Amino acid sequence: MDNFLKQSWAGLRILLALTVILGVAYPAAVWGVSRIPGLHGNAEAVDTTLVAVAREGDKYFVPRPSAATLPASGGSNKGELNEDYTKVIDERRTAIAQREGVPEDQVPQDAVTASASGLDPNISPAYAEIQVSRVARASGLPVEKVKELVEAATEGTFTTTVNVTALNRAIDAA
Amino acid sequence: MSPLVAGLVQVGILIAALAVVYRPLGDYMARVFQSEKDSKVELAIYRFARIDPRAEQKWSTYAYGVLGFSFVGIVFLYVIQRVQSVLPFNFDRGNVPEGMSFNTAISFVTNTNWQSYVPEAVMGHTVQMIGLTVQNFVSAAVGLAVAIALVRGFVRSQTDRLGNFWVDLVRGAIRILLPLAFIAAIVLIITGVTMSLKSGVDVDGQVVANAPVACQEAIKELGTNGGGVLNANSAHPFENPNEWSNLIEIFLLLVIPVALTRTFGQLVGNKKQGYVLLGVMGVIWSAMLTVIWVAEANGLRPLEGKELRFGISGSALFANSTTGTSTGAINSLHDSFTGLGGGGTLLNMLFGEMTPGGVGTGLYSILVMAIIAMFLAGLMVGRTPEYLGKKLGRKEVTAAAVSILAMPTVLLIGAGIAAILPSTQGALNNPGEHGLSEILYAYASASNNNGSAFAGITVTNDWFQSSLGLCMLFGRFIPIIAVLALAGSLAAQKKVPVTAGTLPTTGPLFATLLTGAIVLVAALTFVPALALGPIAEALL
Repeated sequence: MDNFLKQSWAGLRILLALTVILGVAYPAAVWGVSRIPGLHGNAEAVDTTLVAVAREGDKYFVPRPSAATLPASGGSNKGELNEDYTKVIDERRTAIAQREGVPEDQVPQDAVTASASGLDPNISPAYAEIQVSRVARASGLPVEKVKELVEAATEGTFTTTVNVTALNRAIDAA
Repeated sequence: MSPLVAGLVQVGILIAALAVVYRPLGDYMARVFQSEKDSKVELAIYRFARIDPRAEQKWSTYAYGVLGFSFVGIVFLYVIQRVQSVLPFNFDRGNVPEGMSFNTAISFVTNTNWQSYVPEAVMGHTVQMIGLTVQNFVSAAVGLAVAIALVRGFVRSQTDRLGNFWVDLVRGAIRILLPLAFIAAIVLIITGVTMSLKSGVDVDGQVVANAPVACQEAIKELGTNGGGVLNANSAHPFENPNEWSNLIEIFLLLVIPVALTRTFGQLVGNKKQGYVLLGVMGVIWSAMLTVIWVAEANGLRPLEGKELRFGISGSALFANSTTGTSTGAINSLHDSFTGLGGGGTLLNMLFGEMTPGGVGTGLYSILVMAIIAMFLAGLMVGRTPEYLGKKLGRKEVTAAAVSILAMPTVLLIGAGIAAILPSTQGALNNPGEHGLSEILYAYASASNNNGSAFAGITVTNDWFQSSLGLCMLFGRFIPIIAVLALAGSLAAQKKVPVTAGTLPTTGPLFATLLTGAIVLVAALTFVPALALGPIAEALL
């Protein structure tokens, strides 16, 4: 026991010293570097297109369903054998098919499933495609123009996705 | 690119990057722990703590050091959470409740980083930085120190000294983790990870929480910790904005455990001894990646709980790596995985996390398993087993057995009690077999100090907070004490010469034995429990 107390006492002093280095100096140094002009925008998420939130109105593209309670993030955590949740997904599919005026089998997976963060900025090109005519109608933009904007908001190295946040801002600007 | 090709390219890039840094990092870590010199900063720390850095310790003193340091770490972390309301940058998040503070303090000190809290609502930036970030560094450095002490047990002979815990701890934190984390944090900011002292940012009229993410994200992966600065962890776009940041984060959480096999080879004077361990880790890691990836690609609704930018392969790669190490960060929700895919992540933990395992913990866990494998081989041929020139007698095998049995014992007792408590029913997010999987996963994660979850389960009641806290404590410190005792008894022995009867531990025979031991021990212990959860799910 004596030895334990002796070691704990040394441990407390080590912990305090390391807290100054690792808990104060290190974050401060990283924060300091993040103030460099090229990095500042990323660090503060200025005009970020990394996250998507649903926007009011038919003239906007709809992101994936979200199980998050903003400002916090989060997903549904529902397993694939959860029958109650299967019903929720079926209802979403029906609603989306109705909203976009397409058959249910054209509604892609990402449109009916919640992402892990609840802030997923991306939708699949297929989900963007079925939304084009509604957006064109509601925004008054020509279909061709909306398709161009979708093309411009397409991103990804290994997967091809459409950034909804960037796309909706482009519609605002158009 | 087809999804298959895109996934394989990502795996290829990851392995190539690990291969590039394997030697330099492994050799550097070996030099750090062999060096006779202390830097000025280190000397100042030792003076402040009144420690003689040249004083070597017996295994018991080394163990008291680990326990004492972890004890004050838990107390410190508990206290700063309980007084959060007076700390700056708390954004009115108030004092963290008692049970949650207790659980979180243990969780971060034991390198588990299980989160029973929603950070955006509960943790202010100050606790994140001076509390959680610090433990992200030092809990990893503790694991590293214990691994190095065990290796010294093999290397040294006829001594009762294993080195100095404080020196190993400080060097691991300051010479290895700190510079790597700093570089990684800057690289992550370049890819788009945030680093803000504000509480949130306005996005198209709604507020999304923000935090000083990058500095903690870097060490969270590098130290195989895994506690998210934000609730969705590495699925959150501010923690993991794109495919490149995703690959970098997977690289970071694998790099030290992988390179430590090289460090080990260097320290024992035979690099092949390290390569064979790496080979075994790699085979199991690859096999489990295949299982999880194929299972997810064929799921009923594979995109539930996944981020589109990572896709199925990027999610499976992360999930396999985070559970094969003791990280527990997530970029997709394992709870929404298929029975087989989610079962795969669970099995990774049940292997005891040595494929490649956590920082330090992975190396000492696989060395303990190597002792078990050699013991089994010795039984088969009726010869006293040896490993790395040391005889494996009653003491050594007992210590190894205690070390590997601690985790299944606390896991199964905890999960068993939880399964029959009436209050548990209300805590589950999914009915039937998957509900049991949620319980099993929670206790496996805590007992192995992983920290990931089938996160639908609500673990905020007193039973879960305290029992999972105890599982983390026992799952961490029983193996550590056993490993240090083992190191002590190995160091006391003479080296035995290699003879014609010595089973070589650098070849395919040993690799097969070791792989078999890892798989068999897990299978014999856990198949009954798995049969009722994930296996039943996969067959339904």
